[in-house]
Amino acid sequence: MIGDGNAVPLLAVENLGVEFRTRSGTVRAVDGIGFELRRGETMALVGESGSGKSVTAYAIMGILDAAARITSGTIMFGGLELLCAGERAITEIRGRELAIIFQNPRTALNPIRTVGGQIADILLRHGNVTAAQAPGRAIEMLAKVRIPDPERRARSYPFELSGGMCQRVMIAMALACAPQLLIADEPTTGLDITTQAVIMDLIAELAASQRMATLLITHDLGLAAEYCDRIAVMHAGHIVETAPTVALFATPRHPYTAKLIAATPGGAPSLEALAAIPGALPDLRRGDLPLCRYSERCERAAPACVERPLPRQVVEEGRRVACHFPL
Amino acid sequence: MIVLRRLATALPVIAGVIVVTFLLTRALPGDPAVYFAGPAATKQAIEEIRHQLGFDRSLPVQFLDYLERLAHADLGTSLTTGQPVLTELLTRLPASGELMLLALFLSVGIAVPLGITAAMRPGSGVDHACRVVTTAGVSLPTFFTGLLLVYVFYYLLGVAPAPLGRLDVFFSAPPQHSGFYLIDSLLAGDIETFCAALGQLVLPAATMAIFTLAPLARITRAAMLEALGSEFIRTARASGLSGPRIVFVYAFRNAVLPVITTLGVVLSFMLGANVLVEKVFAWPGIGSYAVDALIASDYAPVQGFVLMMALLYVLLNLVIDLVYGVVDPRVRLEA
Amino acid sequence: MTAALRHARYVLGENPVTAFAFALFFVFALCAALGPALAPYDPLASNAGESLAGPSAAHWFGTDQLGRDILSRIVVATRLDLGIATTAVVLAFAIGALSGLAAGYYGGWIDRIVGRAVDTIMAFPLFVLAMGIVAALGNSVANIVIATAIINLPIYARLARAEANVRRGAGFVEAARLCGNSEARIVLGQLLPNILPLMMVQVSLTLGYAILNAAGLSFIGLGVRPPTAEWGIMVAEGASFIVSGEWWVAFFPGIVLMTAVFCFNLMGDGLRDIVDPQRRT
Repeated sequence: MIGDGNAVPLLAVENLGVEFRTRSGTVRAVDGIGFELRRGETMALVGESGSGKSVTAYAIMGILDAAARITSGTIMFGGLELLCAGERAITEIRGRELAIIFQNPRTALNPIRTVGGQIADILLRHGNVTAAQAPGRAIEMLAKVRIPDPERRARSYPFELSGGMCQRVMIAMALACAPQLLIADEPTTGLDITTQAVIMDLIAELAASQRMATLLITHDLGLAAEYCDRIAVMHAGHIVETAPTVALFATPRHPYTAKLIAATPGGAPSLEALAAIPGALPDLRRGDLPLCRYSERCERAAPACVERPLPRQVVEEGRRVACHFPL
Repeated sequence: MIVLRRLATALPVIAGVIVVTFLLTRALPGDPAVYFAGPAATKQAIEEIRHQLGFDRSLPVQFLDYLERLAHADLGTSLTTGQPVLTELLTRLPASGELMLLALFLSVGIAVPLGITAAMRPGSGVDHACRVVTTAGVSLPTFFTGLLLVYVFYYLLGVAPAPLGRLDVFFSAPPQHSGFYLIDSLLAGDIETFCAALGQLVLPAATMAIFTLAPLARITRAAMLEALGSEFIRTARASGLSGPRIVFVYAFRNAVLPVITTLGVVLSFMLGANVLVEKVFAWPGIGSYAVDALIASDYAPVQGFVLMMALLYVLLNLVIDLVYGVVDPRVRLEA
Repeated sequence: MTAALRHARYVLGENPVTAFAFALFFVFALCAALGPALAPYDPLASNAGESLAGPSAAHWFGTDQLGRDILSRIVVATRLDLGIATTAVVLAFAIGALSGLAAGYYGGWIDRIVGRAVDTIMAFPLFVLAMGIVAALGNSVANIVIATAIINLPIYARLARAEANVRRGAGFVEAARLCGNSEARIVLGQLLPNILPLMMVQVSLTLGYAILNAAGLSFIGLGVRPPTAEWGIMVAEGASFIVSGEWWVAFFPGIVLMTAVFCFNLMGDGLRDIVDPQRRT
């Protein structure tokens, strides 16, 4: 479902930079990335593992590791500048307006608390529910994500549920307060193929019914193609191309995007399995990283790619490419 | 029911304990009857004892005798006092119990908050203090710590009373209800005795607590660090849950599991350290009873003591297992 | 081998505390080896005229109630204390590791028997069991060693059993079997060297505990008799003087005891970092 053309985007990330202090050096995980998301729109952040997708998601949610430092940029969410807002303001909207679901749903849930209890905790924190109403509303949420026998399941613990059911519980927790934006970080990795489809359909349906924007983080270009209106391709901490899905696949503008698409047959397997892209992600701890981090793997590289700062060319309406020599 | 099932697994252990304590009573070099009759016994008395305690029968029969006497709660008689061992042990048990409970309370009360705070503020002063406590505490010999505390607080500073047992000579014991002076004095409304008893308790309890602090603080810190770094905490933060809720309801309840398990080890230390602390502070508990008997070559009390301590330990471990099962539903439900 | 040494040197360099612990161990080992040769006075020579003298230039650690030089007694006691602890730990390690290996490798009834024995030992509070054993076998230093060895057995048995279980199906074991090695040879020749590094960490930690144990037993009057110099008995002798202010009689032996235990604990932690960095706490 396409965004309804609201002028002000719901989420606007601009020039975001994140680095990590590690024992072996400083990792410049994300450098100068920017994108926008409108209400009700579904966008994918696609890239190889290590490209900085999850870091971006965690930066938006404000749940980065203690070793992380945001070096630049702004994140505007519904009029609030997230990187400047106080901790109090952030915890208010986290879980209520802005929610995230994670990979590995079973480990992402508290193992010694009932799933109903975990949903109720969120409702009590954000929603206008009393302690007496919360358990009932939790059961309603479980029913909404199509968990069979929700009254009984609400008293279960995560270890008693399958991976797919745990993911549904996570979705129930994320959607409990009807957020405006849902970030889904690799929600289907670790689930079997049929469950993957079911979970993605569920997310799509709930998003549509609540007019909720979705940011899907994935390494699976095929999955992105199937469920998202727009795709942003990430490589080594940069967003190299942003475009509506159809346009991206029809006419990719960045060499990396073209290689990705060429390496992904229609059946939606993961990128890692078919890496026909030469080279590998550059080591992000290097002090001498070229300005275009793809240049060392790119056959079209020219001196300008290393010397001149990366452009953010608007190629057509709603498309951006970060390349001096787009296709 | 779970309690019965756990009890059932404890039975073979109890059996093993009884067998071992029996063997210990029969392992004395030379003629056991001579030991039990005492150094001043005549030949006839020795023969009587030999017959009475069944040393003239075969080993399996002796074991059955032993079991029978245990069933009748007969742990023998002390040579030095002439009293039945079991009676003396039971009379002195509250003294040791009060001491150990207070020490446990102190220990947990300091170690757990210390560990939690250290985990929440890595690299801070509290964290370093925690690490010092953890490393140094395990090396401190209990008896030495006790002596140091007496020297500093009694001799140098004069704030602690003389290490002469449960109550100063000027006070008399409160009317007996539980045997715990703290409780009994409160029940009788006698605040002065309460304070006196507490004063005597502080140093020995602190001595024991210092030793057990170390493993508890270490495990609390490690467990909290692991819990705080886990994925479900990240989910809790992402859901906007409040700080205290995340730390206590989500992180701590998960971290407390290894702490409960460590309590078993800590209790083993305590039951052993009890002997040393009671010696330093002249505490009239079962530990000093056993030591005095041991030095006097009076063996029945020692054997009774070992048996009682072992059974107590098995029971306490059972309780710990059950508590663990209450906190961790995975153990409860997967069983 | 050189790679291991280099790694060891790296860890010691990174962690000066561990290096310090190793240096301290060397000092103790020296005292134990040279003993009486290092002591400034005869540890048994009593001198009533100088009884209960505080620390001074002549007697660095002061004198006890019989006028004996405390420093000398402490130095000489090192041999006894370390000797008791080391013998006990070696025994515990030998019997525990072998039975644990056998239990983990062969399984079956060996496993059940060893398991039952270990569980029974661990059902007792360990110090209490040591008391009981000494009471049963008789009050002598040899029996202190035996008692300490018995109560430290289970740790080695369990560790060895767990490691043997893990490695039982490993490739190198299969290869050895195919080469025609007998089972016993596999256990001793292949498995044992494999688990030695972890065992060494445990040995260091247990040494600290064994010293505490032996000192505790002699503190309550078991094993060592006066006038033998031993750290625990020296603290016991000094205990009665604490309340009258002659602190040095009990203090110095206690501090040295504590330092020895501390040293072995640090060494154990350091060894663990060298051998298996993942298990660092």
